[in-house]
Order: sequence, then structure tokens, then C-alpha cells
Amino acid sequence: MKNQAQSDSLMMNFDERQRLASQEPETKLPVADPAPVLDPEGWVEKYGDILFGFAASRVRDHSIAQDLVQETFLAALKAKAGFAGRSTERAWLFGILRNKLVDYYRLQGRETLFADLEWPLPEEETAFFSSGLGKDGWVKRLAPKAWETPDESLVSKEFQEVLKQCLSRLPEKVTQTFLLREVDGVPSEKICKDLEVSPNNLWVMLHRARMGLRRCLEVHWFDKRRHK
Amino acid sequence: MLNCRQVTRLVSQSLDAKLSWHQRLAMRVHLLYCVWCRRYATQVQFLRKATRELAAEAIDISAPKLSVGAKVQMRKRLQAALDTPPTAPQ
Repeated sequence: MKNQAQSDSLMMNFDERQRLASQEPETKLPVADPAPVLDPEGWVEKYGDILFGFAASRVRDHSIAQDLVQETFLAALKAKAGFAGRSTERAWLFGILRNKLVDYYRLQGRETLFADLEWPLPEEETAFFSSGLGKDGWVKRLAPKAWETPDESLVSKEFQEVLKQCLSRLPEKVTQTFLLREVDGVPSEKICKDLEVSPNNLWVMLHRARMGLRRCLEVHWFDKRRHK
Repeated sequence: MLNCRQVTRLVSQSLDAKLSWHQRLAMRVHLLYCVWCRRYATQVQFLRKATRELAAEAIDISAPKLSVGAKVQMRKRLQAALDTPPTAPQ
């Protein structure tokens, strides 16, 4: 199961997929069957849960996640002829789902994107002095502290729970964009194009996400460790 | 001279885009003497790693599952779509 999960994360990593796509056949990929065949009747059983799990990690409303999976299956059926067998059935379906997600973000973005950008980010507003001698310098109390980051903290269940909580505190749109960039590794230019936002808006949004997450992790994880 | 507010923005931006050489230079000079911004820079890198790790985990263990009802619905719609011959292009 662990390997499965890892291959999913790799698969959803844009850079990785680009790299694989550009690889010549001489570097052999561990592909089990030479010519993958589509089997629409088994899709819901085989991929329903993993696709839904992925969608639900990207949109907070589970009924929307469910609709997106349904749409993915229907779209896949229509595009069946276009499945060239270059990827596995599973990777192909994930690709379609990702496009559905981006479409959904874009539609949703028309209404909420600018509201989110006006979201007063407490971290950036208060982390720096707004006037006086130290204007735009860190307020000492809120400035980054040294973190003890042993590698195992990344995989500890507790840490991941805190990180998830912190992600869920950001506006949904900001989290979505952040995950698209950080987890899927989609290049900024592509995100701008897909979501119809300017590079500047994108950078501001990502920076705010990072400021917010950084502070949240510091308070709810690293500070607590220190005091133990 | 850049201030911390500007430098943190550039640090973040450098993870998403290529900075111009003078932006890079100004940022590095600042980082030489500002321990807080230096920490900010390492910590956002850490965030990137941590988020990736989280996504890998989320898929197998704590991921929510489709309800039985939802699956039945999906199978029905898929079956209906399979049974309907593709409409000829208009």
C-alpha cells in the first residue's frame, strides 16, 4: 500500500511525468502489461476510491469531489478512443481528474479569487513593522525561530495532522493553488494560464500561503516541541 | 537596500519563478546579514517537502472513501453512457 501511495504521489508530480514522458524507451519503466486496455466497467470498483480520495484532498466539499470523479469517468468514456496506451489506465484517469479539478478551480476562481486576495493575512500584516525605524522589518516576537527539523518529523502522523489543520485554515482557493504548485509541481506559467490569474497575483497568493503555513506550524508544532 | 517584507516575497517568488540577477543579488546580500529571513528561506523549502510528503500519505491511509450509494450511482451513469451509442457529430 505504501508503494502504491508513493507511486501516486510521483505520478501526480508534474515534473516527474514530464520527465517520464520525454524518456526514451531504452530506460525501461517497470510496466507490467505491454498494451494496457481500458475496462470502463471496472473503473468505479478499481479507481473510485483513490480518485475520490485525491479529489477530496483538493476540494473541501465532498459532494463536489464526488461529482468531479463522476465527470472524470464520463469524460474518460468519451475520450476512450484517445487513450493511446502510453500511460496506465490509472494514470490516464488521474490526468483527466486533474483537468477537471483545474476547470473547477477556474470557474470557482471567477467568484472568489479576488476576495481571497483581499483576505487580510494576519501573518503578513503583523509580522513586519508597519511604521517607524524598523519599518518593514520583522517584529521580533513573530520572526522565524530556529526549527528543529529531523527528517522523521515529516512522516510523523502528528506532524501531518498539524500541517493538514494549518492548510485547512487558509482560504480554500489559496490551498488549492498552493497544492497545485507544491505537490503537483505544476509550473507557475501553466497555473497562471489554467486559472487565468496574473503571475503577480499567483506569487502573492503563494507567498501568503507560505507565510500563513510557516507561522501556523511554528505555533502549533515547533513551539510546542521546544517547550516539552 | 531591500527590507524583510520585500525579501520574504522574493524568497517565496524564487520558488515559483526565475528572479532577475539583480533581484537575486539583492536577496542574497540581505540573507547574509538577516538570520530571520534566512530562516524564512529554509522553512519555506521545508514546507514544500512536507506538503509533498503529506500528499503521498493522504492517498493511502486517511483518504475518505466513496459511499456504497455513490458507487452504485456512478456505475449506473457509466453504464447508461456505455449503452448510448455516441451521437454523431453535428
